[in-house]
This record gives sequence, C-alpha cells and structure tokens, in this order.
Amino acid sequence: MIEVKDLHKGFGNVEVLKGINTKFYPGKTNLIIGQSGSGKTVFLKSLVGLHTPEKGTITFDGRINTKFTEEEKQQWRQEIGMVFQGSALFDSQTVEENVMFPLKMFTNKTKEEMLDRVNVVLNRVNLPNSNYKLPAELSGGMQKRVAIARAIVMNPKYLFCDEPNSGLDPQTAIVIDKLIQEITDEFQITTVINTHDMNSVMEIGEKIVFLSKGKKAWEGSSETIFSTENEAVVDFVYSSNLLKKVREVHLNKTN
Amino acid sequence: MIYLEHIGKYFMMLGRVFKKPQRGRIFYQALLKELEDLGLKSIGIIMFISFFIGGVIALQTALNLDSPFIPDSLIGFAAKRSIILEFAPTFCCIILAGKVGSYITSSIGTMRVTEQIDALDVMGINSINHLILPKILATLFFYPFLILLAMCLGIFGGWLAGVLSGLFTGADYILGIQTEFKPFLIVYAMIKTLVFSFLIATVPSYHGYYVKGGSIAVGMASTQSVVWTTILIVIANYILTQLLLT
Repeated sequence: MIEVKDLHKGFGNVEVLKGINTKFYPGKTNLIIGQSGSGKTVFLKSLVGLHTPEKGTITFDGRINTKFTEEEKQQWRQEIGMVFQGSALFDSQTVEENVMFPLKMFTNKTKEEMLDRVNVVLNRVNLPNSNYKLPAELSGGMQKRVAIARAIVMNPKYLFCDEPNSGLDPQTAIVIDKLIQEITDEFQITTVINTHDMNSVMEIGEKIVFLSKGKKAWEGSSETIFSTENEAVVDFVYSSNLLKKVREVHLNKTN
Repeated sequence: MIYLEHIGKYFMMLGRVFKKPQRGRIFYQALLKELEDLGLKSIGIIMFISFFIGGVIALQTALNLDSPFIPDSLIGFAAKRSIILEFAPTFCCIILAGKVGSYITSSIGTMRVTEQIDALDVMGINSINHLILPKILATLFFYPFLILLAMCLGIFGGWLAGVLSGLFTGADYILGIQTEFKPFLIVYAMIKTLVFSFLIATVPSYHGYYVKGGSIAVGMASTQSVVWTTILIVIANYILTQLLLT
C-alpha cells in the first residue's frame, strides 16, 4: 500500500501540490485524474522519487521513501515499475534488450535465465516474436506493451503509469487499460495510473483521485463518479455531450 | 548569476559522473560503443582535414619564406611546429567539438525530452554516470591517438604538397622536420588534447542532460554546446600555452 500524507511540492514561487492526502491499495488500479496543470504529473513523479517533496510523506508499505538509506533506496527502486507517457524505450536497443536491461543491471541471472524471463513477460503483454525489432519499427500500442513488459520484468510491487493510452486509438487504449488491470490483479501490484482518458476512468477506475489546482478535490471509484455532486468533478468528467447523456441515463436508472 | 548557476551545475554533474559504474559488463559495452561512435567514426574527417591543412600550411610557409637567405629546410621546420603545436591538438579538437559535441548533446538531449533518462532514474540507475562516464573515457583514451594521426598526416600532406608543387624538395622538408625535434612539444600537445577531450565530452553532455522542452530546445542546446565547447577550448588553449611553454 502507498500512503500519501500532506504532500507539498513547488517549483520556485509556484506551489504545484498543496497538501495531498490519499492511499493507494494493492491489487487495485488507482487512477489520478484532473485537468492539465492540476499537478498530476508532478504528483506521480513525486511518488516515484523523481521529485523530492518539500513537505509531507509518502509511505510504501510502512517505509517512508524520503528516509531511505542509499541501499534501501536502491532496493525500493527495484520494486518500482514505470510506464512513461511516450513509452521511453531506449531507441538504440531492440525490444529484447529494452526488456532485459533491468535484469542485466540488477540481477545475477545467466543469459538464458534472463532470456526466459523476457519471453515470459513479452508473451504476457501479447508481444511474442518481436524480440529483435527496434522501438521505431513498432506501433504506438506495441511500444506501450514493451514499456509495460519492461516495467514488470523485475516483478515490481508498485506499478506507475503516466497516461498509458495517450496517443492511442480507442480500441488499443482499452486493450492497454485491460492489460494493466489484469497484471495488477494477477500479481497483486499497487498500480497508480495518471490519466485524463474518461474511457479508462469508466473501465478500470477501481479507485479514483481527482486533483484540482494541486489539491485532492474528490476521491471515489468508477461507480461513485456517476452520482457525485462535486462540481469540479462533474465539470471535468462530463465535459462532453456523450458523457453527459451517459450520466443522465445512469441517474435516471438509479432514481 | 546565470553563468555561476551553470558552472555550479556542471561541477555537480561531474561529481556524479565519477562514481563506480553499477555494472562492469554494461559499462564496458557502453565504453566500446562510445569508442566507435566518438572515436572511430571521427577518423575519416580528421584524416581528410589534417592531410589537406598540412599541405596548405607547407605551401603558405613556402610562399611567405621565399628568400635566398632562408634555407628551404625552414619550411619543414615551421610546418612541423605549426602542426604539432596548434593545428593538430587545437584545430582538430575544435572540429571534433562541432562534430562530436553536437552528437553528444542531441543524443543525450533526446533521451531527456523523451523521458528515457527519467526511466533510468526510476530504475535506480545513476543516469549521469551511465551516460557520460563512457563518453569521457572514450574521448580521453582515443583522441590522443587521433591527434597523433593528425600530426603525421598533416606533416605528410605538407611534404606531398611541396613535392607536387615544386616549391621545395622532399629532402629539404625532411631535414626541416628533423631539425630541433623536442619531445616535450608532443607532451604539450598531448596534455592539451586530454584537456580538450575532457571538455568535448563533458560540456555537450551537460547541455544535453539538462535540456528542457522539445526538439527545438534540443537543437538550440546542440548549438550552444558547440559554441561553449569551442570557447572553452580556446580559453584552455591560452592558459595551457601560458603555463607549459612560457
């Protein structure tokens, strides 16, 4: 479980995160949603340690990440997998080399053992027979799958995804969402996804944290988001006519 | 103030560069790749330029020393001194600053803007050490050989230009390059080469690593890195000459 308490982060005179409190549970897809500039990416980067909070704590199963020794930090980093918005695959390396990279860096496995593990995770993300392709030869959806494979190759306890379906067509986006949800459930990972894709919210939002102007404005699930009266959430989530209709139908049904 | 900030960040970056690599095997592979990218792939341009500039130096010297009171062997002597002291170490390193410097900045900068460096950091890899140390070692190891090659080819180019043009004889030129040969001048050139190599690897790496924005920012950083590397090479050249030769 990840517990965030009173998290503050700013850059210069601009305070981006203004005291966020929340919890993310294992085996669940936890979503962070909010408008552009609401602090989602800074929040996610603070969670993975790319930004150091100015105030507040982030606790990973009882361990506060800002109080780690170098050795503990190294250990914790290996418990983390991250899928970046643009996949962040290493251009000069093949799919196999990309996925094998963390194994080469942090394990003492033999080449055969590493290759076995790589093939297991590539099969898991439905990408068999792509080992020798370069990232540039793959479609956006395939690149995301490779990024997911690289993120889970070390059996992480925590998986972070920054807008995993941005730039993908709706069908591929759903496939990626489902894949993340299945992996989360299968390996009981604490997954935190940063998104503003409403399909993801509806499909896999087991826990949703809505950020607005650097603060947590609402917290719930894909079920409770239909009935919320929170104005900021309603304005954000139901900004399109289609979703407004969906909400009306849902509310009529429940009434 | 902004310059002080850059200088501070540059030295802090260097502090993180010189750490023991996390995995020897991966570091060794990266080093071999950098030797190829930064070293082997620069041989062609350095050979070509050295050969022709050596020829031009010899021809210019011959044309400007056209007097019966000056022996023709002085042409070889002057060409040798110019090539060993300035052309090979300084001029070639400025060429390398343009060629290799822009490559280093754009490759690291692209990794920054496409979040590949963030990916390394999240994995727990010292990205500065992982990306920059192999480049520094590759340039420090390879460029002295490259500059020695440039010296030889420059001197040979001068000999060939003289022989082909008929401005001086090959024998006079060879006598000139054998006259007053001081091994310290080679040492001086090698010291300069090592300092310039360090600048060629680190200054563009700094510009690439801390780039912010997108592709335009990477392009601007590449230009900036070449400009600053050249400026620093020229300043270092002056200081080293003052320290070592006066």
